[in-house]
Amino acid sequence: MDFDDTPEDAVFRAEVRAWLAKHAPRHAPPPGEADAEGFALLPLARQWQTAKAEAGYARIGWPVAYGGRGGSVIQEVIFDEEQRRFPLPPDAFGISLGMCITTLLNWAAPEVLERFVAPALRGEEIWCQLFSEPSAGSDLGNVRTRAVRDGDDWIVTGQKVWTTGAHVSDWGTILVRTDPGAEKYAGLSYFWFDMRSPGVEVRPIRQASGHAAFNEVFLTDVRIPDSQRLGEVGGGWKVAISTLLNERMSVNEADIANITIDDVVAMARKVAPDGRRPIDDAASRARLASLYVRSLGVRYSRYRMLTRLAQGEEPGPEAAMGKLVLGRNIQDMARFAMEMRGPAGIIVDRQGDPELTEMQEAWLYAAGLRIAGGTDEILRNTIAERVLGLPQETRLDRGIPFNQLSN
Amino acid sequence: MNFDYTEEERALAEQARRLLADKSPPALIRSLLEGEGADRREALWTEISALGWPAVAIPESQGGIEFGHVALCALAEEIGRAVAPLPMLPSIYLAAEAIAAAGTQPQMQRWLPALASGEIIGTAFLTPGAITVRDGRLTGSVSPVPYGAEAGVAIISAADGLHLVDLTRPGVTRSALNTIDDSVPHAAITFDAVEAEPLGARNGSALGDHIVSRAAVLVAFEQLGGAEACLQMALAYVRERKTFARVIGSYQAIKHRLADIYVATEVARSNAYYAAWALATGAPELPLAAAAARIAATEAYEFASAECIQIHGGIGFTWEADCHLHYRRSRLLAQALGPMAQWHDRLADALDRREAA
Repeated sequence: MDFDDTPEDAVFRAEVRAWLAKHAPRHAPPPGEADAEGFALLPLARQWQTAKAEAGYARIGWPVAYGGRGGSVIQEVIFDEEQRRFPLPPDAFGISLGMCITTLLNWAAPEVLERFVAPALRGEEIWCQLFSEPSAGSDLGNVRTRAVRDGDDWIVTGQKVWTTGAHVSDWGTILVRTDPGAEKYAGLSYFWFDMRSPGVEVRPIRQASGHAAFNEVFLTDVRIPDSQRLGEVGGGWKVAISTLLNERMSVNEADIANITIDDVVAMARKVAPDGRRPIDDAASRARLASLYVRSLGVRYSRYRMLTRLAQGEEPGPEAAMGKLVLGRNIQDMARFAMEMRGPAGIIVDRQGDPELTEMQEAWLYAAGLRIAGGTDEILRNTIAERVLGLPQETRLDRGIPFNQLSN
Repeated sequence: MNFDYTEEERALAEQARRLLADKSPPALIRSLLEGEGADRREALWTEISALGWPAVAIPESQGGIEFGHVALCALAEEIGRAVAPLPMLPSIYLAAEAIAAAGTQPQMQRWLPALASGEIIGTAFLTPGAITVRDGRLTGSVSPVPYGAEAGVAIISAADGLHLVDLTRPGVTRSALNTIDDSVPHAAITFDAVEAEPLGARNGSALGDHIVSRAAVLVAFEQLGGAEACLQMALAYVRERKTFARVIGSYQAIKHRLADIYVATEVARSNAYYAAWALATGAPELPLAAAAARIAATEAYEFASAECIQIHGGIGFTWEADCHLHYRRSRLLAQALGPMAQWHDRLADALDRREAA
């Protein structure tokens, strides 16, 4: 067990600190404007992203040829840790880079990467991922959006939903059904395409939180060249799964919500309306302890995973645990924080009590977080099946052509 | 950063796992619960002492092998996995650690080599209140004391601080007790003006807290090993047992429960690793890290051991099934170092102090 930086990592940390101290303050969002959901401060986020890309910090682990610095996962963690000390606009490029471009890096031709990686890295172009549909959520393989071959193109028609960032995106990656006569998972293919193509209509969805970060996307006879296919015709599921693995990898308290356990501790140390500090009260201590242990448990589990990655192991399904614990913990932290304010915990006053407002936002957001990118229930299945080796759910969709399924 | 055991620590744990699977089988624990097998328990202690387990974290200058506290954590995990009936908690995690932390040179030389070799078993009772001190002599009763009847030396807390007592002195009376887990012997000890030496400074509560924090990290590893053993037992059972012509491990109600146990053990393991680092390096984060490890590991072991019985159904509630060995041990360890509310206090106080700094 060793938490200290190696000499090389210590040098890297010092470089990062010096760079951040010089550049980060200029990119701070205006007070009270930090938003739980990522696109409200897009111009600021873009400037910050460009600055990082130019300094080689936008994707530390990527190869130098693609604008990364060929750094280690530990260096990525170091940058994240140091970056977190500064107020910065919320990251609007997590899906672009962590999912879409990462998939491209694994599956696309060099000339495609030549054209697309750099602008995405600088935040000039944004990508979204068109996966879920009205009847394909947890059961993602149930995608019905159709792609029909027409010469060198495919004609795509259907509806996607919960597409984060579609309303600000330039490009998209999409999972579609190219062969309805094949078995469910064998009839899917994966493409990238221009979100401004004729026939693409994006309608923002107003979420329970009142924000609109995700969208419905209607596709009507959208033409996608076959040259924009990733993987084989009928091999889309394999490509999609490689992306989902990235999604589960990225989970980290500070990445998925605007509040951390440190914010809750800070509130618990302030005198509450009843004249006492919550941290001095026995019942609050018990709650705080339980929240703290879960929060740090996920943080240190991530360190354990990074240690294994640094030793050359592949990321495993264990990462599903992080989001499962954090989704619920963020919800519980936010509830506790609101209760600490007493009856005033329900008052929304962005200017007067920005700290409380963040908690209220996180409380609303957490209800969606427990569903997005794998519901709590699907994550428990993943852990049970892929980590603990228990039998898969009984399924009625195996070995039957998709168009003969009764759904 | 390296957040894992080293190869040497792993090798020690592997050796311990193999030996305990052979020499500390569930049948031994069950006999001890039935009041038999104490000779085999003693033989096990002799054997593992010869292998140097008690000496792992004791300095070489005091007769130890100074392999380090993370190695001791790795051993503790295996002891917990096997529900092994060993006096590591009272003798090593508490008594030896206390003497190493606060003893004078003569106190260390007198006791540490004998504790390291396993020749003498130590114990401790760190809840103050029951003991009065006059002219350096202790009077009063403490109970329950783990290995109270077998121990040769004890660390006893009184209002003025900690005391080191040679239990062979005149005035010591011991009587064995039954507990919820009789695989670990306990006794009541009565002191009648027994000569004792002070251990450490006279405002002993800070020292007592420090010792309890250190022990909590090691106990957390025993709890973690126990919780993982419960998870593995439950997994093995649900893969075999069928209802309605399906293995019960294919039902979501069971799969999700097992996923929750897994998550609890992982949260416990990660907190325990951080605390192991703090313990081994003497980091100022120790009180906070130890409290977090203690809370996470206690919750995980109690949850895993209770649900292990539940998942086994009726057979899990029989004397012959191994589930209750863990159910008993989990409660014993949960009670061993003070109630949970006290650990919530320690955690909150440590957080409050850290933020005030």
